[in-house]
Amino acid sequence: METILRLEDIRHRYGQRIVLRVPELRIRPGEIFAVVGPSGAGKSTLLRLMNFLEKPTRGQVFFHQRAWTPRSLPIELRRRMTTVFQQPLLLNASVGSNVAYGLRVRGSRNGKAAIRQALEEVRLAHLTDQSANTLSGGEAQRVSLARALVLNPELLFLDEPTANLDPGNVKLIEEIIRRANAQRGTTVVMVTHNVWQARRLAQRVALLYDGEIIEIATTDDFFHHPQDPRTRAFLTGDLVY
Amino acid sequence: MDIFLEGLGRALQLIFSFDADLMAIVRLSLVVSGMALVISAILGLPAGIILGLKSFRGKRLLVALVYTGMGLPPVVVGLTIYILLSRQGPLGELGWLFTPRAMVITQSILSLPLIIGFTMTAIAAVPAALSQQLRSLGATQRQIVLTLLYEARAGVLAALIAGFGAIISEVGSVMIVGGNIEHKTRVLTTAIVLETRRGNFSLAIALGVILLAITFSANWLLLHLQGRLDPRQ
Repeated sequence: METILRLEDIRHRYGQRIVLRVPELRIRPGEIFAVVGPSGAGKSTLLRLMNFLEKPTRGQVFFHQRAWTPRSLPIELRRRMTTVFQQPLLLNASVGSNVAYGLRVRGSRNGKAAIRQALEEVRLAHLTDQSANTLSGGEAQRVSLARALVLNPELLFLDEPTANLDPGNVKLIEEIIRRANAQRGTTVVMVTHNVWQARRLAQRVALLYDGEIIEIATTDDFFHHPQDPRTRAFLTGDLVY
Repeated sequence: MDIFLEGLGRALQLIFSFDADLMAIVRLSLVVSGMALVISAILGLPAGIILGLKSFRGKRLLVALVYTGMGLPPVVVGLTIYILLSRQGPLGELGWLFTPRAMVITQSILSLPLIIGFTMTAIAAVPAALSQQLRSLGATQRQIVLTLLYEARAGVLAALIAGFGAIISEVGSVMIVGGNIEHKTRVLTTAIVLETRRGNFSLAIALGVILLAITFSANWLLLHLQGRLDPRQ
């Protein structure tokens, strides 16, 4: 099976507490892979390890068939992936300047058209010159998404991208994710506690519970033929962490 | 009241007559405090950034030392440097005592903890997760630090303002290590002390007004810069 990213024998601790145990996880190129699970299950930690923002206490993360650490990963490879965090964390600057950030650090000077296109995609082109401090939560998250999309990443990580947003913003952001995957071939790994969002967007879904991957299946199998009783309990809302 | 008005009149007269002695004192005050600010900024900004960003063993002790340093008594610093630079002192061979160099050293030591402390607080106020977000967007470590510094720019400029304000108006240490020698180490603050002792109150007030005007202008310039750097203003 072709993989773009692979986790092997991962064990991650915070102090004495083991927060993640993943014997193996493979991400296929071009797919939308969703990790669902209750709050505190280790989803965001898993995403940070995949994006090489944290080094696992034990185990290896492979990107393009080679194991790297946050330190050893060459900047050219790091720049082929990016994360949209749950909190947009925009810079104290204009919307346009925020979207331009990733291009600027890459030394790209001719990004105006790309920035405009990315902002049009999230329907915020009219706010290009406005200060990012004045945006609503939904607008800020869309700017955060545009800031990632303008980089045309090979691998896009999304950490609860629509948490606390209104249905209009949720629909728009889901459309953008679907389009990036279909038109640009971007591989998307998203974590969410919203199973219905995973069902709408992903081709494969995994349940993460108490730091362990309980079940990985195609979206259809995951929702219609769950193998593990904990998956069934999570889908019916009976699994509480 | 008359003495203040007389002093104010004298100050205006001195400023607009471009009195050579006064200009030399003003120039030396600006050079000494300006150089001290540059030196303490070169050392203090990186130290403040590291303390604001990193967690390491012994950090709490270092922070406590920085906070203590923010309240360093200038005369104690002046005395220490005096002993070090005096003929029998370990650095006596340099021959820097009673020179502007000694004054720059004491003022650098006085402003350094202020710049470290204010920079550290400003950097620590930037959300910690922002570093990860910037790394994830492809920024190198150097680019991340520069971006965080830019995000904390209002606080960093406040650090420079505090550092400059503390040393331009300081008198104890420069008096001890500089000696208030005419045409050599006399600055505005030591000149004010001298003229007060001589009973030339109007001249002392005039010098005080000029010192206040310089401090105000420097702060105005930095605040203007702060406003221009802040997109919200």
